[in-house]
Amino acid sequence: MSTENKARIEAVNVNFYYGAHKAIKNMSINFYDNKVTAFIGPSGCGKSTFIRLLNKMNELVPNTRVEGSIFLDGDDILDKKIDVVKIRRKVGMVFQKPNPFPKTIFQNIAYGLEINGERNKKTIADIVEQSLKKAALWNEVKDRLHDNALRLSGGQQQRLCIARCLAVEPEVILFDEPCASLDPISTSKIEDLILELKKQYTIAIVTHNMQQAARVSDYTAFMYLGELIEFGNTDKIFTVPREKKTEEYLSGKFG
Amino acid sequence: MYSFKERAIKILFTILAFSSMLFLAGIVFVLFKESFPLISEIKISNFVLGTHWYPTHEPAEFGVLPLILASLWVTAGALVVCVPLGIGTALYVYELAPLKQKQILKPVIEILGGIPSIVYGFFGMLIVAPFVQNLFNIPTGLCAFTASLILGIMAIPTVASISEDALSFVPNSFKEASYALGANRWQTLTKVIIPAAASGISTSVILGMSRIVGETMTVLMVSGGAAVIPKSFFDPVRPMTSAIAAEMGEAAVGSPHYHALFAIGLILFLITLVFNAAAEMISKKYRVKLGLDR
Amino acid sequence: MKNKIIEKFGFVLITFSVIVTLAFLAIIIYMIFVKGFGVISWEFLTSVPRKGMTAGGVAPAIVGTFYLTVGAVIFALPLGLACAVYLNEYSPKGYIVNIIRMSINNLAGVPSVVFGLFGLAVFVKFFGFGVSILSGSLTLGILILPGIISASQEALMAVPQSIREASLALGATQWQTIRKTVVPAAIPGIMTGVILSVGRAAGETAPILFTAATFYKRGFPNSIFSEVMALPYHIYALMTEGTKPEQQTVIAYGCALILLAIVLLISAVAIILRNKYRSSYVH
Repeated sequence: MSTENKARIEAVNVNFYYGAHKAIKNMSINFYDNKVTAFIGPSGCGKSTFIRLLNKMNELVPNTRVEGSIFLDGDDILDKKIDVVKIRRKVGMVFQKPNPFPKTIFQNIAYGLEINGERNKKTIADIVEQSLKKAALWNEVKDRLHDNALRLSGGQQQRLCIARCLAVEPEVILFDEPCASLDPISTSKIEDLILELKKQYTIAIVTHNMQQAARVSDYTAFMYLGELIEFGNTDKIFTVPREKKTEEYLSGKFG
Repeated sequence: MYSFKERAIKILFTILAFSSMLFLAGIVFVLFKESFPLISEIKISNFVLGTHWYPTHEPAEFGVLPLILASLWVTAGALVVCVPLGIGTALYVYELAPLKQKQILKPVIEILGGIPSIVYGFFGMLIVAPFVQNLFNIPTGLCAFTASLILGIMAIPTVASISEDALSFVPNSFKEASYALGANRWQTLTKVIIPAAASGISTSVILGMSRIVGETMTVLMVSGGAAVIPKSFFDPVRPMTSAIAAEMGEAAVGSPHYHALFAIGLILFLITLVFNAAAEMISKKYRVKLGLDR
Repeated sequence: MKNKIIEKFGFVLITFSVIVTLAFLAIIIYMIFVKGFGVISWEFLTSVPRKGMTAGGVAPAIVGTFYLTVGAVIFALPLGLACAVYLNEYSPKGYIVNIIRMSINNLAGVPSVVFGLFGLAVFVKFFGFGVSILSGSLTLGILILPGIISASQEALMAVPQSIREASLALGATQWQTIRKTVVPAAIPGIMTGVILSVGRAAGETAPILFTAATFYKRGFPNSIFSEVMALPYHIYALMTEGTKPEQQTVIAYGCALILLAIVLLISAVAIILRNKYRSSYVH
């Protein structure tokens, strides 16, 4: 692994339980600045569950328990005393299904600023514009910023959600199967966007689509039944996997 | 871990959420407290089983049996009206009504359920009672029969809406399975769908019953008001609710009469409490049976 | 063949029951409209009763019903909404929630006259508010509380979980999420619940019998501690305490028509809105 990057996130021996079921088994992995880490594996292998630990979204699920440590900038985010709100502001997330608020395009992006106490209208308008530009949506929506966001197409909605996430200036962005409900053209726009965004952010992406992982990621993690089977450079994993399970999965034997 | 403000807000909401419990407890407390002075004065059995209700005589007599029987009498009569018509209506909406009709009928029935009881009472008093009086050639049309009829009509929307909900909760696969075995629509309806929805339908009847027992203005206006044990459906009667509504105005606060009316309120409350608990238990079981409970 | 005949007969029977039901209800509405329509005039709606309730209008009763209803909503809406928010957004599943749910269901089933008794003992006597708008509004408020809670809860439940996640993932606190995202998205549903409750509160008589209503009051109420005239009570009083049945029955028809029209209109609007909203949210 390259040495010029220090790990932004360091997960150490993480276990996660839904009731009695152990969904994540002893997971240790690092995430680096300006790199994209892809999570692949069959449905139910725990990849979404794992990245949802990184911004503490699993806390919303009742009857769950987590062990181990996840360090973000040196703080253990699994520590009970840590302020979840601060963590979620640093670690943004884009979900499987686009989930804009039933508000206008402008309000969707301004939302994150308002909850952070930003009152200055000019600042908000500037950041909305910048965020939409970064998400490659500005040209499509600049004339209708005050339309309801639910009127956008699925692909546009997803880019809006990305813009909304960028507006709060996170350090890390988690993508949870961001293209699962999108057509191929929208998908390729999102992929281009991810490649653009990695210049500034640390990115993790969960995907079902192995070609997508190969196209956008620097590192790939293969998970199976809650365990991290193999982790390494994406090129290596796809061409010369070390583990038999990885090879079987990549060649379509299961999943 | 959330900030202090977040936790304070959560605690505030928790406290507010208990308000409905507080009110229910308050109702129970008030009813007991205000009926207690009477119960300490006369025996409970004399109160509940006494056959003479002469609250303003000297000496006063507080036997509520005539009032309880009047309530039961009127309720039983009302069920004869609302159960067949309510369930029949639900079956029609579920099985026979084309989609267009259904989309109109369902809200219409629900809207009709909102007609205020005073309007039913008014209608019963001015139009139904004289009609009943002439039809059966009886001294007054303000009697148990008229009260039952009006209350029955009033409860139809309740029974029909809840029964229809219960019917439409039955999974379509039951219907398909029955058709696939060669059953016709009526057989499927009576042998598969209705049994599957039976507890939902009984819930509707119980809730309808609860509504009828507690109904005040209608019975106050059309039941005739005589506090004697009813012998026929054409006798004037005084159900519990109408006794409270009619007499509270003239009962002096703190008098035995005042406390007796609260005691009737308590009996009424307990009856409806049992009905509601039964309805809830049945509908819970029913949801489990159909696998609707998570 | 026999099965076919039974089926035919059964279907005729249930069709018949719908016709009877609708006929009954149609007759009630029709009679009230026909007999009440001639009474309604601008004067009837806007002037005060005259000549010992045998002439003039019913404006004070309309105004009184309006005050009582608005008062009930002012009291029940914040409380009901808070309760629904707690149950839907905050509550850890468990026995506390079950107790609260059970209380709400049972409160919904309490007979209206019992609410009247409660209001009499607590608001009129214990707190000393007397027979007043305040006592009546509070009593009606408790009566409509369960309905407001259920409607608000249904509306909050219809807000997709993904929207809550989106807000939290942006670093919003739970309270910010509720206040700025969840509740605004649920407002149409909450409103229909409120409108339905208004219809219910406007038509109720028994709860205000001993807590707020009076047969005759000179002029309009001037404080929340005044007694009021109210439409439903006015109908009852005209029919039972009146001394001139011929003229007063006519006025009562007018009142019944106004009340029926208000309540039917309100609930029709609410139900149509709700059905529209319910079907539109599934996207």
